[in-house]
Amino acid sequence: MNTRWIAIAAVVVLAGGAVFLTAQQPDINLRIQQGDKPAIAVIDFRGSGDAQKYMDAFNQTLWDELAGSGILKMVAKSLYPLNVPQRPQDFRPPTQIPATRRGEVARTQSNGPWLTDWSNPPVQANDLAFGYTGVQDGRLVLSGWLYNLAQSDLTGAQVIGKLYFGSIDVDGAKKVAREFAADILQQFGAKSLAGSKIYFVSDRTGAKEIWSMDYDGSNQRQITRYKSTSTMPAVSPDGKMVAFTTYAQGNPKIMIFSTDTARRLPFYNPVSSVVETPEFTPDGQHMYFSAAIDGWTQICEANVDGSNLRRISHVRSIEVSAKVNPKNPSQVVYISGKSGHQQLWRMNSDGGEQEMLTSGEGDVSNPSWSPNGQFLAFAWTRGYEIGGFNIFVMDVSSHAITQLTHGNGRNENPWWAPDGVHLVYSNKRGSATHLYVMLADGTHQQQLTTQGNNLQPVWSKAIN
Amino acid sequence: MKINQRTLGAAVFASMLLVSAAGCGKKKAPAPTPAPAAPVKPVEPPPEPPALTTRINSFTAEPRTIERGQSATLRWSVANATDISIDQNIGAIAANGNRQVFPSNTATYTLTARGPGGADTRSVTVEVSAPPAPPPPAPPPPSVSGSDLLTREAQDAYFDYDKSDIREDARQALTRDAELLKRIFAADRTFTVVIEGHCDERGSAEYNLGLGDRRATAAKEFLIQLGVPADRVTTISYGKDRPVCTDADEGCYQRNRRAHLAPGK
Repeated sequence: MNTRWIAIAAVVVLAGGAVFLTAQQPDINLRIQQGDKPAIAVIDFRGSGDAQKYMDAFNQTLWDELAGSGILKMVAKSLYPLNVPQRPQDFRPPTQIPATRRGEVARTQSNGPWLTDWSNPPVQANDLAFGYTGVQDGRLVLSGWLYNLAQSDLTGAQVIGKLYFGSIDVDGAKKVAREFAADILQQFGAKSLAGSKIYFVSDRTGAKEIWSMDYDGSNQRQITRYKSTSTMPAVSPDGKMVAFTTYAQGNPKIMIFSTDTARRLPFYNPVSSVVETPEFTPDGQHMYFSAAIDGWTQICEANVDGSNLRRISHVRSIEVSAKVNPKNPSQVVYISGKSGHQQLWRMNSDGGEQEMLTSGEGDVSNPSWSPNGQFLAFAWTRGYEIGGFNIFVMDVSSHAITQLTHGNGRNENPWWAPDGVHLVYSNKRGSATHLYVMLADGTHQQQLTTQGNNLQPVWSKAIN
Repeated sequence: MKINQRTLGAAVFASMLLVSAAGCGKKKAPAPTPAPAAPVKPVEPPPEPPALTTRINSFTAEPRTIERGQSATLRWSVANATDISIDQNIGAIAANGNRQVFPSNTATYTLTARGPGGADTRSVTVEVSAPPAPPPPAPPPPSVSGSDLLTREAQDAYFDYDKSDIREDARQALTRDAELLKRIFAADRTFTVVIEGHCDERGSAEYNLGLGDRRATAAKEFLIQLGVPADRVTTISYGKDRPVCTDADEGCYQRNRRAHLAPGK
């Protein structure tokens, strides 16, 4: 723990969904500053009639979604007043009782729930989420409101007042909770992950296949059915193509699938004993990948169908996992063994100006760019024995590094969420490997998969 | 049946002799009635002189029943014959002998013997049954033995962590492998070998795929230097996907850091 706090803490302030970072020392402590987060109170919603059965799931989902965003301070429910509003009509402005006699002070008399019940101590919330659910026309209906407690009147306080519809079951309750949470988070500048997809590798059918799921682990679907070994997915910037490495036709080769039809698209592999680690360029027009050339796996670039092949590496060492900065396509990071063991390097897209970004200690793998192009997440064994990978984040401009996981199994394959706030990664504990999501400061780790072994996630933004 | 035939044959023979002997008298007056002899018991005819009788002593087939494609052996023994033959396109034969026959269907062989002492025939039948369905064609023997030989005798080449250099122990293993491959290739012109490159579980999957390829390639290059023909050797990397053991200790890690020779497809 000490090493984490040696340096003066720099802070990550979240505003407008972007991560700003100020590094004052070579090492930083990447964290989200608690004091700057708006505080939100979220009542326990109740349901009328049949809806009540699903409210535990609803309340848990709403709380988790808001807490897991990392951008809000969740006010503990134990601090809430007893008189809780369920709808705007429940608010009753207090009566002002002016001083009538000398020596008396003006006071207020409570007539029911009011905004100040929530903005004053002990709650001290900036915002309040409240509402209720009911059943109407065979659907679960959520009436959800978000009120800004800094306002003095109800009209000015209402930020959200909206109906949400779902099926009358746990799934429906979770769905409306997520949609309401997404609307709330949008008010605070968070980019919603709703509609985004995580592509990953799972062996739950007995063979490693490419799968997809929603950002919260729901809706897990098998994409490939080769009963071979298909690994290392990459997703195109528009979310419409997924490339991967597969043994389906013998030696490992790259294939590309359309994500909506799960049909194979043409890709011409170079003649090589191994072709792996595909990655789309930010414009979606090109691919980086690695292919064995003259006995060494080298970084190559080609059109998205594999034509117009260009060799970029010219070294007698293994180079894989080229990843292009989404905001600066001329900047490419990759994993190379040319210093002895696998380390993180950067170069220009033409192969020039090569620079090792990590110290040379241990092994480094799986670089992933943050959506704003300012941070790199990667797996590193620094400080641990060989194979003891943990997730690290580097500020690319300062090279300042923060360690996000600290053992408890082998942590690999970090990948940034489209919101720039979350990371998905794999954790191998015992013999099982599963995917987790966490905030980019390492907190709020949540497990996404439970079946088989799951690894190598990549996160695609929602397809529009 | 056999006995009846022989008895009958002997009787015919004897009567023929009598007729022939009587004919030799040439129109002589009937012989005077012999003097009455002392009443004795009737004289038995003397035994026939064996030298004179043409006779098939034996004619057998062994076995009497065969499957199609098998053979049976005919054996015979004939006495006092000058002209001996067996039908079914066998033709003239010696007095004593045997002959292998390969009848495709049930066949009856008839031996005919003729000579001064008469003639004799004898028949044997060899029954032919259809054989069971043949087994599926055997794979070409050289490739079977090549695969078996490779699987049994090829030695893995082991590597250091994150290295593809051929160590001294790997050099020895691959040198023996080269001799083995040359032997197998010489015996089977179509045999190919695939060199699999493997890694221990500790490096990243992406890097290990390249490292496994590197190890397979290094092993291939070493074999080629020793005269193994390059066009019959391919490589494939399995990275860390196909470990031979999964223990988290150096003994197991070392066993997984290997180049392995397998029959090509």
